[in-house]
Amino acid sequence: MGYFSDIYHGIGTLLTGMRVTGKYFINARKGAITQQYPDNRDTLQMFERFRGEVVMPHDENNEHSCTGCQKCELACPNGSIEIIWDRVIDPETGKKKKAIDQHIYHLGMCTQCGLCVDACPSDAIKWAQNFENSVYDRTQLTRILNKPGSKVRAGVEE
Amino acid sequence: MNSISNMIDWFVSTGVLNMAMIALIYLTVFAVLGLFLVLLERKVAAWFQLRIGPNRVGYLGLFQTIADALKLVSKELTGTVKADKFLYNLAPYFVIVTSLMALAVFPFTRDLQAFDINIGVFFLVAISSIGVIGILLGGWSSNNKFALIGAMRSGVQTISYELSVGISLLTMVILTGSLQLSEIIEVQKSGWLIVQGHIPAIIAFMIYMIAGTAETNRAPFDMVEAESELGAGYHTEYSGMKFAYFFLAEFINMFIIAALATTVFFGGWLSPFGITDSLPWMGLFWFLAKTFVLVFLMMWFRWTFPRLRVDQLLTLEWKYLLPINLVNLVLMAVIVWLNLTIQI
Repeated sequence: MGYFSDIYHGIGTLLTGMRVTGKYFINARKGAITQQYPDNRDTLQMFERFRGEVVMPHDENNEHSCTGCQKCELACPNGSIEIIWDRVIDPETGKKKKAIDQHIYHLGMCTQCGLCVDACPSDAIKWAQNFENSVYDRTQLTRILNKPGSKVRAGVEE
Repeated sequence: MNSISNMIDWFVSTGVLNMAMIALIYLTVFAVLGLFLVLLERKVAAWFQLRIGPNRVGYLGLFQTIADALKLVSKELTGTVKADKFLYNLAPYFVIVTSLMALAVFPFTRDLQAFDINIGVFFLVAISSIGVIGILLGGWSSNNKFALIGAMRSGVQTISYELSVGISLLTMVILTGSLQLSEIIEVQKSGWLIVQGHIPAIIAFMIYMIAGTAETNRAPFDMVEAESELGAGYHTEYSGMKFAYFFLAEFINMFIIAALATTVFFGGWLSPFGITDSLPWMGLFWFLAKTFVLVFLMMWFRWTFPRLRVDQLLTLEWKYLLPINLVNLVLMAVIVWLNLTIQI
């Protein structure tokens, strides 16, 4: 009786498939995953894992947590990150220590691989969710991530 | 002057003028219907895949396919150098003319039927098998291996599945005792045939829908076009309006299959339980409503099931559908002989 059970089984599986797509059809208006991009520009939320560009978050005291260890620079396969650093005298201890002058990030060379963010020991850099990265002049793709006058947050180096 | 008025008299008296006018109306209506079906397909496909679908051209994208058609009309008609020019140009007309001819015999409502012949169902089955000649011609004369493979698959598929379409319709014809479509609808005033014929009618309907989908070369039976294997199958080399003819014919054929199922299984323009018998024009509404439900069912098939292989296609037809169909035919004959039909 394999013949008839085959037919029965076949129809059963076809109906299972149709039930799945039927559910999608009914829920299409609520659950459409298409983003109507230029229209919903103001409300569009990118998902968390999206890699737009590398940024360095600063807190309200204009402090970041980059110690200038250069691990991101070493990790980058394209040489997109250049760190210009200097030794400065710590006002509290009076000792010389390393501090960044400029954290330069070349967005034009970046492949969004994320190795720099993974390599950073102090979580000083992270991914931003912006995606409208085109500019009219390629010099604008070279960005200095630390804001002018910023300094490293105390206690990050321990 | 006299000879011209004589000619006009001749046209009017023989009904040629009437025929030409009706043909023109049908052509316009069904060209628009074909475009609407393309839009519907795209929208339904989008909803099945949790997308939005065309929504830019006109209100809610309603003019999308009209814009597409205008684009196709304005495009250059290209062809291959070594194509058989005569057959290559003839093929699209074969396909579109046969599908438009088939529309002539449908009773859309009580008196809205262009051509009420007493062999209606037979005529439809015959006409639908001419369409495949157009596909074979187009594929062969393109001088393209993909087109030829597509056309050959179409031949295999359509000729096989025509048997199932024919026999499942024949099963219902046993019940009606007539091939005339208007007569078939008269019979259904005492219950739609799918109710009258109960078990064998439901089996026949299922077989008809499977075979009908295969005969229109739609997914899951679209090895003829099989984008991932053959480019576009038999119409790979066609462009512009000639391509549009193939495309439009495909969608009109889908409408024809659904309309025939409506007429033969679901009472055509008859309203359910006779609720709108006092309003004759409502027949058109009921006919189109039933047809579009079946068209939607075919779209549901298309966007759910994956494409079959050629050997699976032939196994399905020759080892499953055809034997079941023949047994079903005998079953229906016994039921009609013993008067076991359900009459409301």
